[in-house]
Amino acid sequence: MLDVSIEIISIISFILGAFFILTGSIGLIRLPDVFSRIHAAGMIDTAGASFIILGMILQSGFSLITAKLVFIGIFIFFTSPITGHVTANLARKKGVIPVGKTKGKTL
Amino acid sequence: MINAKSVTLFIVLFGFWLLMSGYYTPLILSLGVISCILCVYLTIKGKFLDNETLPIYFFPRLIQYTLWLIKEILKSNIQTAKVIIMKSEEPELFSVKASQKTNEGKVTYANSITLTPGTVTTQIKNDIFEVHALTKDFGDDVRSSDMDKMVTWLEKSK
Amino acid sequence: MFLAVLIALGISFLLILVRLIIGKTTFDRILAANSIGTIIVLAISVHGFYMGRPEFIDISIVYALINFIGTVAVLKLFDKGTLGDK
Repeated sequence: MLDVSIEIISIISFILGAFFILTGSIGLIRLPDVFSRIHAAGMIDTAGASFIILGMILQSGFSLITAKLVFIGIFIFFTSPITGHVTANLARKKGVIPVGKTKGKTL
Repeated sequence: MINAKSVTLFIVLFGFWLLMSGYYTPLILSLGVISCILCVYLTIKGKFLDNETLPIYFFPRLIQYTLWLIKEILKSNIQTAKVIIMKSEEPELFSVKASQKTNEGKVTYANSITLTPGTVTTQIKNDIFEVHALTKDFGDDVRSSDMDKMVTWLEKSK
Repeated sequence: MFLAVLIALGISFLLILVRLIIGKTTFDRILAANSIGTIIVLAISVHGFYMGRPEFIDISIVYALINFIGTVAVLKLFDKGTLGDK
């Protein structure tokens, strides 16, 4: 009983992860400029990666592999905002003009 | 020299060693302890070990904050997926003021904004953050400063 | 099941490759390369499970580290023109 429910939860988690990754990569093609595309890339890095890693954790049982998977998840979770911020910051510095409206005073 | 920070750093480093090694014989374990002590010693000697490297005073409230952040990330992921599928984006750029006092608090706030898809911190000058949002709703989320209050609460957990 | 996840990862890899090729600005290409890195990290571990050898996780840890350092290094080189030498 427990085995079956764990299997089902991990399949659901894989489906959600694949959905978020596919949507994120469609967003990378579809959105208009680099600042908007960072949101799609962030979606791949947070929801997609987390759900697929959760599915693998449920599949692997409890061993050293589980701890390594958790480490990969935490590592991607911590480094994703850093690369996103560095890319956005440099694009602003080099004068890429964002699509859409600008509200109030910006730096 | 032996205080809460250096002990925490040693535990984190030795935990990483145990994770990566996979061989638990006395010789390998003692080599691991020696190299972790050497790393902690060099970090103290180089004066890298301050609140910015290891803000241990965050730890008591960190679990609650992480759970709240995961909930926010899930919500905004669903919204971002909706925006991408419906193709209803209207990006905007604006500035918000951060109420954190310390550097590690500001870093936590900026990273939390960037970690939730739909909002990205693009530039930081002192306590003014410039934020890019995918739609007006995401912008309103940041301007309502719920996350700002949450990070300030995390920062004041001394 | 693992095969289905691998196929989904492969499709999104191809979609991101389109963005990497058409680009427009350098930042689009760097962003696409970083996302491809994340997908490869996931694909290596899923492939390990698919082949019944989960020890592949070690390789994907190393790939995650190199992916992060590489992206930041390329951006720094693009910003400053050097990687720290005078």
